[in-house]
Amino acid sequence: MARIAGIDLPKNKRGEIGLTYIYGIGLTTARKILDNTGIEYGKRVSSWTDEEVARLRQEIEHYKIEGVLRSEVQMNIKRLMDIGCYRGIRHRRGLPCRGQRTRTNARTRKGRKKTVAGKKKAVK
Amino acid sequence: MARSLKKGIFVSVKLVKKINALNNTKKKQVIKTWSRASTITPDFVGHTIAVHNGKNFVPVFITENMVGHKLGEFSLTRVYRGHAGHRKDARGKK
Repeated sequence: MARIAGIDLPKNKRGEIGLTYIYGIGLTTARKILDNTGIEYGKRVSSWTDEEVARLRQEIEHYKIEGVLRSEVQMNIKRLMDIGCYRGIRHRRGLPCRGQRTRTNARTRKGRKKTVAGKKKAVK
Repeated sequence: MARSLKKGIFVSVKLVKKINALNNTKKKQVIKTWSRASTITPDFVGHTIAVHNGKNFVPVFITENMVGHKLGEFSLTRVYRGHAGHRKDARGKK
C-alpha cells in the first residue's frame, strides 16, 4: 500500500512503527516525521490516505536514509581502514573496535564459534 | 566523554615546537615521539612521525584523512601472530 523510500511497505502496523522499517528511521525520527506531517502516531499504515503518503514522502526527503545512509556508513568504515588506524584494523580483522573484551563473547563480530580443542582433533 | 572545547585539542608542546620548526624551514624529517595521546592537527600533514609503541618507533606518514585522530591509533601496541595449528590465520594481515 504505502511505498515510501523505495521498497518499504509494512501494512497493519501503527504508523510510527511502520516508518521504522525504513533504514535510518527509528522511533524518534518516525515520531518527528509524523509530528511534522500532522498524522497521529497510532494511525495504521494501511489507512493512510494518498495525500498523507505524499506528505510523508516529502517530509522524508529531509532525512538521510536507505542507500545514501548505508553508503555513508560504508565510506566511514573504509576511511578508517585506509588510514590504518586501530579502529580500521579492527574492522579489517572483523573484531570489535570499541574496546570490548574478546577473550569471551564478541560473537556478533567474530561470527559463530569455531571450536578449537586439541591439535589431534584439528587433523580429523 | 568528549574533551571540553574550552581547552582545545591536546598536542604535546614539544611536538608542536618540532613540527613548527620543520614547517618553517620546509624540511622533511622523521620526528620521534612518545606522545601517543597527541591529536593530529592539520600542521602535521605530510610529515612522518615515528610513534613509540612501547618497544619500537613506528613510522607514520600523516595524510589529511588522519587529522583529528591521535598518534597512538596508528602505532599498535600488541602483536597477534595467530594461534598454533591455524593454517589460515591472520598472520601478516595487519
